[in-house]
Amino acid sequence: MQSPSIAVEAKNITKVFGHGKQHFRALNDVSVSIRENEFFTLLGPSGCGKTTLLRMFAGFEHPTQGAILLHGKDIAHLPPFQRPINTVFQNYALFPHMTVAKNIAFGLEMLGKPKAEIEETVDRMLDLVQMQAMRDRVTSQISGGQQQRVALARALAPSPKVLLLDEPLSALDYKLRKEMQIELKRLQHETGITFIFVTHDQEEALTMSDRIAVMSGGRILQVGSPHDIYERPAERFVADFIGETNFLEGKVSVLEEGDRLSVTLDAGTEGKQIQVAFDPQNSPETVQAGQRITLTVRPEHAQVFPIGSTSDDPIISGKLENIVYFGTDTHYHVKLSDNSIFIVRQQNSQIRGDVLVQNEMVNIHFSMDSARTLWD
Amino acid sequence: MTTKTDVTNNELPPYRKREALNRWIISLPALSIIMLAAIGPILIMLLYSFMVKGDYGGVKLWEFSFDGWINVFFQRDIFDETLGLADAHLTIFWRSLKLSILTTLAALAFGLPTAYFIATRPKHTREIWVFLITIPFWANLLIRTFAIQEVIRNEGIINNTLLAIGIIDSPIQMLYTDGAILFGMVYVYLPLMVLPLYASIEKLDFRLVEAGYDLYATRLKVLRRIILPMIKPGMIAGCILVFIPSLGAYVTPRLLGGGKNMMLGNLIESQFGAGRNWPLGSAISITLMLLVMFALIFYVRNATRSGANHG
Repeated sequence: MQSPSIAVEAKNITKVFGHGKQHFRALNDVSVSIRENEFFTLLGPSGCGKTTLLRMFAGFEHPTQGAILLHGKDIAHLPPFQRPINTVFQNYALFPHMTVAKNIAFGLEMLGKPKAEIEETVDRMLDLVQMQAMRDRVTSQISGGQQQRVALARALAPSPKVLLLDEPLSALDYKLRKEMQIELKRLQHETGITFIFVTHDQEEALTMSDRIAVMSGGRILQVGSPHDIYERPAERFVADFIGETNFLEGKVSVLEEGDRLSVTLDAGTEGKQIQVAFDPQNSPETVQAGQRITLTVRPEHAQVFPIGSTSDDPIISGKLENIVYFGTDTHYHVKLSDNSIFIVRQQNSQIRGDVLVQNEMVNIHFSMDSARTLWD
Repeated sequence: MTTKTDVTNNELPPYRKREALNRWIISLPALSIIMLAAIGPILIMLLYSFMVKGDYGGVKLWEFSFDGWINVFFQRDIFDETLGLADAHLTIFWRSLKLSILTTLAALAFGLPTAYFIATRPKHTREIWVFLITIPFWANLLIRTFAIQEVIRNEGIINNTLLAIGIIDSPIQMLYTDGAILFGMVYVYLPLMVLPLYASIEKLDFRLVEAGYDLYATRLKVLRRIILPMIKPGMIAGCILVFIPSLGAYVTPRLLGGGKNMMLGNLIESQFGAGRNWPLGSAISITLMLLVMFALIFYVRNATRSGANHG
């Protein structure tokens, strides 16, 4: 398979704001490659450095160390107006003294395009974002969702090589946000432009992205497809930040041959060993008996059974504290012997006839492969 | 809005009428002050401008004449009584207008970078800079103007220094020129330009500037296409605040322009003083007010047009 070409590449980027005692390291040796025609998302909590990295691609910030390559050429020293990269700003930053059409035409005018071409492109952009009817409105006279579309059209009009989107949906209400997510995917598909999207909303990231980079504390923790990130988190932070999950602490008891690992959990198994899948790619080079390990199990990968059930898969047990009904599914809160809560989510359409009584002991089953091993 | 209430006033229920009456009663003190302090004196001045001048100043009450107004722009020949243009007055009008416009433009040219500088400082240091801008107001205008005189007169600091170094052989005449008046007025009125400009630049959303850079606008184009249109209201306010007092300036042209380079304020003063021609003085005063009014109308029209664009 031919590997797709790289659009943007950050190489060992470090960014320090301020100096002396007040200095703040916003990015710490960050390297990432973003492919051509990709919907790439930088995901992380606020203050993780995702916006700083995006602003560096745009040219508003310059790296303290490291290089930024656009199609292989270093652009770190170029001012924003010399980069074929456009931004959709978080608050849209539409020019209030210009009409919708004038806003969209601005970038093309600055590039010195001929008048006929500008008009033609503005027309096309207005069609693309379905804002033809609003072309002569002033930007303060249109709704938030419409402003969002204009901001998109304005950034797409000069046909940039890369489009940067800085939490563009965060100001919209839930329903509009869902609509715009689909709209953005469509636009990315139609224009074939590389999108780099910044968000703190993990659900948004999972539904829209081709690949996601999860960031925290100025570092990129993991880069992968939404499926990878969700099902195979590389670190505890990633597992915790994306979706809901359970953590089981324990230590390695025996390293089995090949792809199995025996683990003694601190709670829930009364000292019995359980076997889980071993992923050498996401493990330290040497794994010894007695080493601390964390298992993470997604709530939907586990099932609750009455006490006394048997299975070849790992079983842990605890007291059923709470049953919470959610319509599509039901959540079971099981308290383990170390007082930690293990949550099991079962779809109501697949519910079995077992009678589970609150405050009784229950068994939790999960498959060997669904437990992901994490190392400290 | 007012026209709408006027139209429907007749159909108002009694309690609404009482409310309207109450509103008039409440505003009575303010209205009477405006009447006594502003409109009254202007009416008196208007009346005086149409009366015959008194022999030792003042007017001959209720003896009406258009001489005061005619003398604003024309003068009667001493010998044959024919009317000719009053060159001296027209020169003063022209100088006042020219110097006021130049003062406004110079204040804008110096004020804009200054205000931009202050508005882009970190938040806690901005107040210090604004404070520094207002310091000149602490000293009396007269004293400050005398200080300028001291600096630029023929035996002043600048000329003495240049002579001592040997750059010039004889002092440069700086005091008592139009240039001296211009310099003095720009110095005096600059803070009035900086403050409204600062207020509007401080409100400017600098993310729009970033958006401009992002869309391929160079620094100059960002200034012209984004920053200037956005701070236009501040620029207009600053220009009004500088232009109006410049047009009627008295102390600065008197001390720095001397007897020869009069401006309108000095001309009016001389008519009420040495000239003993109160009707003429009144007529020129009202002409000055009309000039200011026309300038204001022009500005406000421009302001509302750009305001309408902002929605």
